[in-house]
Amino acid sequence: MSGFLGIVRRDLRLALTGGGEMMTLLLFFVIVGAITPFAVGPDQALLARIAPGIVWIAAFLAMLLGLDRLLRPDREDGTLALYRLADLPMAAIIAAKVIVYWLTSALPLIVASPFLALILAMDAEAFWRTMVSLLLGTPALAAFGTFGAAVTVAIRRGGLLAPILIAPLCVPVLIFGVGAIAPMGGPDQAQAAMLLLAALSLMAVALAPFAAALAIDWGEE
Amino acid sequence: MTHGQVHRAITLEVSGLACGHGDVVLASGLTFSVPGGTALALRGANGVGKSTLLLTLAGLLPPLQGSIALAGYDPEDGPAFHHCGHRNAVRPRLSVLQTLDFWAAINGRTGLSPTSALDRLGLGAIAGLDAGYLSAGQQRRLALARLLVSQRPVWLLDEPLAALDAEGQGLVVTLLAEHLDAGGLAVIATHDDLALKGLVTLTLGGGA
Repeated sequence: MSGFLGIVRRDLRLALTGGGEMMTLLLFFVIVGAITPFAVGPDQALLARIAPGIVWIAAFLAMLLGLDRLLRPDREDGTLALYRLADLPMAAIIAAKVIVYWLTSALPLIVASPFLALILAMDAEAFWRTMVSLLLGTPALAAFGTFGAAVTVAIRRGGLLAPILIAPLCVPVLIFGVGAIAPMGGPDQAQAAMLLLAALSLMAVALAPFAAALAIDWGEE
Repeated sequence: MTHGQVHRAITLEVSGLACGHGDVVLASGLTFSVPGGTALALRGANGVGKSTLLLTLAGLLPPLQGSIALAGYDPEDGPAFHHCGHRNAVRPRLSVLQTLDFWAAINGRTGLSPTSALDRLGLGAIAGLDAGYLSAGQQRRLALARLLVSQRPVWLLDEPLAALDAEGQGLVVTLLAEHLDAGGLAVIATHDDLALKGLVTLTLGGGA
């Protein structure tokens, strides 16, 4: 457990002193939301209707931005190889990294989402649903992202490959994430979408560390 | 280093080992054994496979042929190998002490405390410094301090003297001698002469 917390502490420290990496994600997220009204025109009704989708797309893309910094620096300076000799199992190390990835790339977006809701003319009800659906869905994105980073970490210039690899995995998260905000066939379905989103996240967070650990072990060989 | 406990009597046994990357075989037919308390120096020209052999011994690369066994070691005791390679795994923006404390946390705090390990390596005065500002020699010292905070019986050192000054090189030899005295063993890839008791030399490639 102390080893697990050791990784969390180290990676948090690196992320928070990382010279504005978090700020970049945040700005990207807000800018995507801010330029949408200009692109689709100032139709408030239309904006409010597509707002959930825009928030989710912005969150998904912003989280992809941080993907390449997740494991690659560790591989380049030899830390990743030493992880394999560590007392702590690789899956636990990856689990710690999923948590830090979520804390440093998803949580700031959730905190900033009220601003986006304002720009996109969402009503209060939709706004609360957005917050909750982001909270429930982003852990799955973080887990899939970490898995993608682990699979491509051994590939030089694999940075672009990871998003392509995990995009299909993230599609269900986007579908249910948006479904949970914008009830398409009555409020009951939104509830179901919310539950499915939570289930997706739980499953992804539980399985991704093991899959990623396997990927790292095989990739290095 | 004052060892609280002496390592079990163990022997690193390698038989018929071939190592390399993928299809490229660098060294083959390696058979040797390193009993506890002794060290093996790997010598040979650049590119002959010394580092690859160390990675293979550490289990970081799969052996292409043959076997590696650690006789007398109880897997319950956790990982047996420390590997210290070319890359020091030192990251800017973490202080020297934070870096070492991190390794102690994930490798187990079974050796010296991080502060006393830093003192031992002569880094005690700059424990609070950002590790990114360290010179190559200081980074190497920090990497070596990692071996002291978690006790493991087998040290696999790749050019441990690289970038170190004369005092640092002497220190490495002292640390190695203490490690061997405690019953540990070491495999060291080096081009330098190590004044170490019980050192056996294995020359890879060419005149082996």
